[in-house]
Amino acid sequence: MHGISVEGLSKDFGGTQVLRGVSLHVAAGEFVALVGPSGCGKSTLLRCIAGIEQPDAGSIRIGGREVTRLRPSGRDVAMVFQSYALYPHLTVEENIAVPLAMRRLNAAQRLPFLGTLLPGTRAARDTIMRDVRQAAESLGLGPMLSRRPGQLSGGQRQRVALARAIVRHPAAFLMDEPLSNLDASLRVQTRREIVAIHKAAGVSTVYVTHDQSEALTMADRVAVMQAGEILQIASPTEVYADPQDLRVATFIGSPRINTLAAEAGADGVLRVAGQAVGMRVAGSGAMTLALRPEDMQPAVAGLSAAVEGVEFLGESLLVHLRHASLGTPLVLRLAPEDRDTLPPEGKVALRFPIARALVFDGAGKRVAVHALSPEASLV
Amino acid sequence: MSEAAVALPAPRLSAGEALAGWMLTAPAAIAFVLMLLAPTLATIALAFTDYELGASALSWIGLENFAELLQDRGFGIALRNTILYVAIVAPASVLGGLALALLIEAGTRGRALFRAVFFLPVVSLPVAMAAAWQYLLHPTIGPLNAALRTFGIAGPNWLSSSDTVLISLAAIGVWENIGFNLVLFLAGLTAIPRELYAAAEVDGASRAWDRFRLVTWPLLGPTTLFVVTITMTRAVRVFDSVAVLTQGGPNKASEVLLYAMYEEGFTYFRLGYSAAITLVFLAIVLALVWLQTRVMERRIHYV
Repeated sequence: MHGISVEGLSKDFGGTQVLRGVSLHVAAGEFVALVGPSGCGKSTLLRCIAGIEQPDAGSIRIGGREVTRLRPSGRDVAMVFQSYALYPHLTVEENIAVPLAMRRLNAAQRLPFLGTLLPGTRAARDTIMRDVRQAAESLGLGPMLSRRPGQLSGGQRQRVALARAIVRHPAAFLMDEPLSNLDASLRVQTRREIVAIHKAAGVSTVYVTHDQSEALTMADRVAVMQAGEILQIASPTEVYADPQDLRVATFIGSPRINTLAAEAGADGVLRVAGQAVGMRVAGSGAMTLALRPEDMQPAVAGLSAAVEGVEFLGESLLVHLRHASLGTPLVLRLAPEDRDTLPPEGKVALRFPIARALVFDGAGKRVAVHALSPEASLV
Repeated sequence: MSEAAVALPAPRLSAGEALAGWMLTAPAAIAFVLMLLAPTLATIALAFTDYELGASALSWIGLENFAELLQDRGFGIALRNTILYVAIVAPASVLGGLALALLIEAGTRGRALFRAVFFLPVVSLPVAMAAAWQYLLHPTIGPLNAALRTFGIAGPNWLSSSDTVLISLAAIGVWENIGFNLVLFLAGLTAIPRELYAAAEVDGASRAWDRFRLVTWPLLGPTTLFVVTITMTRAVRVFDSVAVLTQGGPNKASEVLLYAMYEEGFTYFRLGYSAAITLVFLAIVLALVWLQTRVMERRIHYV
């Protein structure tokens, strides 16, 4: 078994570089999510893998075969589109059968009426219908086989698109924002179903989404894309807790990670607003100190941030603050019972464990941190 | 609960509202009655009389006009020629328009130019264009036969030979209709989602013909139905080119329904008989429209 291997892929649309030498390796049976803001090139990358777009440079291998110059039909991939792209004139059953009919029947056998008279057509059609029914049953589409897409709800159409993808047992699944046209509750439910389908089929999957929660919950590995590049590809926990690029840190996580302008002296000691924050970094100059909302705690000493508002989310509290001297907005995530730890005057100091501090250099690249104390506070 | 409690009273308009409604629709209603309904009813009535233009009296003759139509050799030829003309013009200009639309859609350059070039016959004056065709098809000075002569072929007398006149008129008809159909098909093609073609490619439709059969042809269904109906009605209405180029000749070889109607009514002044021909024409057009709305439409719209 081989996966999908993309090497140095570049694509230019009328002078705009949409992909800049992207490389991506998906192991056999692995689920990789491509996530990034709109226009970052994630859909273009997927369409290049599918063969719908031709890259300007680079190579693509699927299942161990070089496919860069092959047409989509020769690549043995199945794709689920955001719009589902179902054939409106065909029934659910016929829609799911299309990829099988296109491959197992020749052009003459596919002819209406006449084709059924040719030798072998009946037997081939029977096995196709058996496979179609099986795929449809596995997605709960059994009772809808004779309906047309126009008579189905969005969620049902989505299932038909999935059934059409799995019916053929392809070498790779490619999914382009398949859930973004569904309502919120259906989306969460279908997420789990897609993961289950992927587990059952064991097929390498590339899943494009702009929704980081989809990427983090579904994928084995998440590739964060921006401006035509993959900034980092790693497990969901690693992308969240150990981002290698400031853009990854700010894109992943909701609410957004807190970023504070910092300065490292020649000795490497990091200072925020002129105050040392208990760590030495590799390098000097302008830095960014980034802290997840849940990694900071209110402290007793000092008066450094003004509380601007508190949001109650049920399982947690979000405290919106503004740093006193920098003026930077900050967000703090607390357990609801910790509300009492906020001082009544609306001013609060913040402390955080150095081990959780993420520091990025002027170019946005992560720099190593050497803790001078286990904890530091922002004053 | 009693039934009376369940049934809602039908909304009733006050007299003032009803009057306002009538007044607002009056201009359109009057125009409809004067321009469409009254002439149609008059024609239907005339078809059952022996009225002649300028006659001081007319008498009711029942179905006599229609009985005469059945015996009339000229009418039989006109009907047969019209059907033949439609049978050539409709398929040729529909399939031709579709083929041209697919070619223009597939090309990357000069789309606007080709669209304009093929649409020109539609916006040009039919009578003036017929004169141009008369020159093109002229047996001695026409460029078509001149071109044939360079290959050593003696071109026929296109518009004056009873063997070729209907074919020639049909060719002009195709030329007149193809641009219109082309533009309609182009509009229909742009309405097909691009993603369906991508899906078809991924699903294994690697050849252009497979994608045409799987996506283009079915999704063009509503457009094709409209184009077929409109082309057939336009073809049944053929008149200008016949009137200018052949006057139905030679020896009625290019006699068509509307020209026969025109001749009976305005050359022989037999308006009653002419009205009967009009009714036959009307019946054919209505049958085509009925075919579109009732029979075909159900099978072609998917949502």
